[in-house]
Amino acid sequence: MKMNGARIMLECLKKEGVDTIFGYPGGTVINLYDALFDFKEIHHILPRHEQAGTHAADGYARATGRVGVVIATSGPGATNTVTGIATAYMDSIPMVIITGQVPTPLIGNDAFQEVDIIGITRPCTKHSFLIRDVKDIALTMKKAFYIARSGRPGPVLVDFPKDIQIAQSEFDYPETVEIRGYKPNLSGHPRQVEKAVAMILESHRPVMYVGGGTVLSDSAEPLTELARTLTLPVTTTLMGLGSFPESDELSLGMLGMHGSYCANMAMSNSDLIIAVGARFDDRVTGKLSTFAPHAKIIHIDVDPTSIKKNVPVDLPIVGDVKDVLLKMIKQTDKNKEKLAGFVAALTPWHSDITAWKEKHPLGYKQSSTIIKPQFVIQKLRELSDDDAIISTDVGQHQMWTAQFFQFNKPRTLLTSGGLGTMGYGLPAAMGAQAAFPNRQIISICGDGGVQMNIQEMATLVQNRLPVKIVILNNNFLGMVRQWQELFFDKRYSSTCMELPIDYIKLADAYGAKGFLATKPGDVESVIKQGFEEKGPVIMEFMVAREEKVLPMVPAGASLNEMVLNA
Amino acid sequence: MQHTISVIVENDFGVLSRVATLFSGRGFNIDSLTVAPTNEEGLSRMTIVTRGDDQILEQINKQLNKLIDVLKVLDFTDGSAIERELALIKVAAEDDARAEVLRVVDIFRAKIIDVTPKSYTIEATGNPLKIDGILELLRPLGLKEVVRTGAVAIGRGAKGWNG
Repeated sequence: MKMNGARIMLECLKKEGVDTIFGYPGGTVINLYDALFDFKEIHHILPRHEQAGTHAADGYARATGRVGVVIATSGPGATNTVTGIATAYMDSIPMVIITGQVPTPLIGNDAFQEVDIIGITRPCTKHSFLIRDVKDIALTMKKAFYIARSGRPGPVLVDFPKDIQIAQSEFDYPETVEIRGYKPNLSGHPRQVEKAVAMILESHRPVMYVGGGTVLSDSAEPLTELARTLTLPVTTTLMGLGSFPESDELSLGMLGMHGSYCANMAMSNSDLIIAVGARFDDRVTGKLSTFAPHAKIIHIDVDPTSIKKNVPVDLPIVGDVKDVLLKMIKQTDKNKEKLAGFVAALTPWHSDITAWKEKHPLGYKQSSTIIKPQFVIQKLRELSDDDAIISTDVGQHQMWTAQFFQFNKPRTLLTSGGLGTMGYGLPAAMGAQAAFPNRQIISICGDGGVQMNIQEMATLVQNRLPVKIVILNNNFLGMVRQWQELFFDKRYSSTCMELPIDYIKLADAYGAKGFLATKPGDVESVIKQGFEEKGPVIMEFMVAREEKVLPMVPAGASLNEMVLNA
Repeated sequence: MQHTISVIVENDFGVLSRVATLFSGRGFNIDSLTVAPTNEEGLSRMTIVTRGDDQILEQINKQLNKLIDVLKVLDFTDGSAIERELALIKVAAEDDARAEVLRVVDIFRAKIIDVTPKSYTIEATGNPLKIDGILELLRPLGLKEVVRTGAVAIGRGAKGWNG
């Protein structure tokens, strides 16, 4: 049966198992939306801004592990997705972005709402396609989804001209796809695995340094098993949070610029770092020349370009993190006789770590009069569901969430780690809530970032997505203010928000509920009220204005040169 | 260190910009780049002359391999390839200089492809170092215009890139 290109596109999405998409109509996708009008298998959510729609698809992808899908029209619709695409690209999130394009005969003519979106997004997509024939739609979409989700995942953009949406063709979806230039190496080399386990068994001060690749490859279980078998201390990056339970005594928490004292000290004193799906980002390593000076490095990553990009590596293992970890578990099993001796020999290392944990645990000075932001995060953990999903924006509240929430399960933290995108949190939470209508989804924001996509309150209310929005309001762009305090002589250039917003009224204007806490005694009751509410909620906490995120490794300093009190 | 890399790519829309974007976005140098279709349907071959230390060259190789449209990256090291470049050179040639130009052309086994009373246009091929050499000798005579293709390279031995 012949159908038009727009309908073929939707049939492709259905074949890929897509049940929810985010998108915003416009001139060059009007045919696609017309086809969507009676295509009941796909649930479409209309955000109030294409950037938010893209973040929502990203949040959906991070929470579920499936490919997030967003539609935008040509020109400004397409350019509005760019921040969302770059966010997903930096954190390796599988997404397919479908942008309308002017009819093929008009491409290049500066037509109305024409933009070269493929050109604009080339540096921040894993790949992109321009569909130039209705007969190519199915194969292109098969490739797009395959590329987005396989290997190191990432966003793939499909530019879809209007005339191709109108043209008629048969629909025939390929069962398999073969791309001769794209063969991700998923299987870790057995010899490298053997060497890795041998290196671990010879080490005395090993640390597992775990990144987002562990979450992306759904490897929390084998990671936890391997770490517990070998009693390896585990520190995670921001993106790795949740892949190893922070409640476990082997957990060191997060490392890096705002990492825990014990995690950074462990890295600095380690003799063997086992990097698992992490990429030695500058926020993690601090000054490279003094990073982990005593350690050999084993680096497990599916993307060969991550290996030896920033630091020299003694043993690279290219492969899917899960595959490699499972092989390492087997290999450890083969060395059972050495295990007891190895674990016993780690005792002094474990005592060092315990001593570091006790010397400078994460903490803050509680107040009886002013709400401390860290206290709100701790209360949120205490009062929220075990499987609650947390999203954050970027800045102080993000670091406090990473430090104090205690993540024990993978895919429960949605945060823009690589790009550091303000305005990410609220729409990402929206995407997660669309995927899991019955789970508790909490969007923790500052008063800066929340205003960057606040219009999505309308989407939440309209679609009955009961996201709990927590605003830690210090009326500052807090992280920049903190840097200005520490490094710029308190010259608070453009970081004071000055105009206070009445978020309670704002919630009301959108038809949602708002609750305000101004003193520590209000915190628990506001959270409880917010959680009990059936619909979306804003919970606003007026927090200590000049509270700092500590410890802190100043930019350019070594990991063990943490500012602990300032 | 200068380095020659051949990249076999799908002859697809935008592949040249993908490679160029990769080099500019990551701050890699391109000394020269040539691209043209190969004998195999749908494939093109790029020859890129670049510079960097071992770590940078390893990244360039890996990053090129990561592009979906790239089938193969051939990294030519230690004379494992033959390199050739073509140059078209317009040189001023009047009076005594005319004979000197012809001598240089003869020594380098180049060809005169256009003549006027005031100039010669020369076609020279060879290893890029040879092109540098002929330009060096012609420079004092007055170079008017130089067009170089950039190097192309092919591996030594009986095997093709694909085995």
